[in-house]
Amino acid sequence: MRIRIQHRTVTIFEEPVGALIQVLRRTPRNYDGQHVRHWRIDLDQDVQMIPAEDAFGNAVHNLSYTRPLDDLGMTIQGEVETREFHGVVRGGHERFPVGLYLRETPLTQTDSTIRKFAEGLGGKDTLETLHKLMAALHDAMEVEPKAVNLPAPTILAAARGASSDVAHVFIAVARGLGIPARFIAGYALLGPEQQSWRLTTRCWAEAFVESIGWIGFDPVEGISPSEAHIRVSMALDHLGAAPLRTTAHGTVEERLDVTVLADHADHAGFRQQQQ
Amino acid sequence: MAFDEMYAADGSVRPPYAGVAQWLAGVNPEQLERRRLEAELFYRRGGITFAVYGDNQGEERIIPFDIIPRILSSAEWARLSKGLEQRVRALNMYLADIYGKQRAVKAGIVPEDLVWRNPAYRPEMAGVEVPHGVYVHIAGIDIVRIDADDFYVLEDNARTPSGVSYMLGGREICFRLMADLYGAHKVAPVDNYPDELVTMLRSVAPRSADNPTIALLTPGQFNSAYYEHSFLADKMGVELVEGRDLFVKDACVYKRTTEGPRKVDVLYRRVDDDFIDPLAFRPDSMLGVPGLFGAYTAGNVTLANAVGTGAADDKAIYTYMPEIVKFFLSEEPILKNVPTWRCRDPKELSYVLDHLPELVVKEVHGSGGYGMLVGPQSTKAEIEDFRARLKANPETYIAQPTLALSTCPSFVASGIAPRHVDLRPFVLTGANGMKIVPGGLTRVAMREGSLVVNSSQGGGTKDTWVVDL
Repeated sequence: MRIRIQHRTVTIFEEPVGALIQVLRRTPRNYDGQHVRHWRIDLDQDVQMIPAEDAFGNAVHNLSYTRPLDDLGMTIQGEVETREFHGVVRGGHERFPVGLYLRETPLTQTDSTIRKFAEGLGGKDTLETLHKLMAALHDAMEVEPKAVNLPAPTILAAARGASSDVAHVFIAVARGLGIPARFIAGYALLGPEQQSWRLTTRCWAEAFVESIGWIGFDPVEGISPSEAHIRVSMALDHLGAAPLRTTAHGTVEERLDVTVLADHADHAGFRQQQQ
Repeated sequence: MAFDEMYAADGSVRPPYAGVAQWLAGVNPEQLERRRLEAELFYRRGGITFAVYGDNQGEERIIPFDIIPRILSSAEWARLSKGLEQRVRALNMYLADIYGKQRAVKAGIVPEDLVWRNPAYRPEMAGVEVPHGVYVHIAGIDIVRIDADDFYVLEDNARTPSGVSYMLGGREICFRLMADLYGAHKVAPVDNYPDELVTMLRSVAPRSADNPTIALLTPGQFNSAYYEHSFLADKMGVELVEGRDLFVKDACVYKRTTEGPRKVDVLYRRVDDDFIDPLAFRPDSMLGVPGLFGAYTAGNVTLANAVGTGAADDKAIYTYMPEIVKFFLSEEPILKNVPTWRCRDPKELSYVLDHLPELVVKEVHGSGGYGMLVGPQSTKAEIEDFRARLKANPETYIAQPTLALSTCPSFVASGIAPRHVDLRPFVLTGANGMKIVPGGLTRVAMREGSLVVNSSQGGGTKDTWVVDL
């Protein structure tokens, strides 16, 4: 698919913020499943965006505002071509050995509830277990718009959370079973309904299957990410992959628009990428 | 029978202690007691206290100072310092490797999961070029002796090792109160440590900084080592800052001053990794500087020590240090490791469980003498409690034989008596090589028979003299 998106956020602070530091991970990278034709981030304020790349290979922008702010507007515009690989992630640059993705983090910790949940899944091999895990979470978890950012056992017990929270549960269970897993933040297209698509921010997980490699699992939809997903950032958990880390929070108004320019990938674009 | 550093087995005085023996023969207990009280007064006046964690939160104590110095001959020191340099060089190379090319893991020197799943490993540091390639700028290597020949490493401290202010304070007391004894020896100086430290810190500044500004970042006055932070900043002539005194703008670090912002090039940070930047690590940290890690990875500020050095100094990696030294330096380790059982290995665990009453069991990530079992000095109930903990989480423990740490003459209530000691020398690594001031912090277990020298567990300190015989 050829997808054009526009993502506008305005953060309104209750009181003017004197100084503000932000770290953005909001720029997708290419891999076999997606080719970024163009992408830009515009800020309403005059501020320098210092680009960097983090250890996981994510594109990072460091921003520091020193003048007082009442609100902060940002517009992301981009055009991405995606190809259907049924969740299989290849052709990205892997910075770490797979074993790193067995690390436990505070948000993806395992405990007896997580282990019990894992044991109940069954499955004749890793891949089937992961599909059962995705299906089980899809059934069990009530998805809410706002992330609570609490450890996986708490989320599992409450049976509710945002896509990022659900991804943490998926990751905790997988790692608990000795399956390397990681966190992805990005976008998902919903629809089409009457030929029109809707865009949402979405987090999901990827797990490593020996014979295949990294495979995405989106427990919110209960499917592997398709060509209707845009993969933006990756890390061990939401803290590492967070689209935004900031020193001041406010009320966020968000508007997401999407146009699907073509149902099928422009293969010329991918050929160009592979060269 | 523990190795006595003063008396040889035949009862004769070992040469390094000839002067001390002679001096001890000429002083009476009243004179010693008077000096001990003066030393205590010195510490009290100086406000040299430290907070003890555990029972009474925030209680401040004076670490007992034993006025009788511990003596090492310059020949002994030469051997030890060579071993220390080798050890710290290997620690630095190991860190550069696990955050870089990963040769040691690929070669099977260290098991993969001990590297990638180590809680102190910081994935965020992978691929980051640290200024001048130095990770462990300041190392504190805990050394014990069990005989006249060998020095053993008990523990590597590569994060934010403390205690150097006690080394310097102890020397000042000896210089003032023990002038007679001090004057009778050619003691190698340690009081240049702050100068060496600041020289080293200057050397590792980003290449873009011509006249680097250095600051010492402290978690604040509630930290147990706050006294040391303010003491060192003062001696180095650099500013003592807390996170709130600094800010980041366009990936550079600045200090707020009355004349406006001033760029900071090197931070000697005594704040743990987890807390240095709420935008990179723990989001709830109030001690750090938002954006600091971004400035660091951009190469605009040097952090000493580097982020993620803890991945080299825990007690599980410790057991692999001899192999790490050989792998990176193609040399035999000069300093020995204390034989250690890795409880993560089922066979070794079963040995440990069978021999608990005679072993010392430590948490892999513990420090300060907390959460450890000293088998021979524990009750049955304590041993059984530890057995349960070991069985529940074997991979978080290691065990070692109960070492008969060497003893030095110490002044205690009953007079002069041998007490067990260890030694923490401080190894500085900068852009222009390594520097170790001769000596270090000798810690002494003041209770008879005790082997736990940690100040949090009632240990004291001594001045350490490296003398030309």
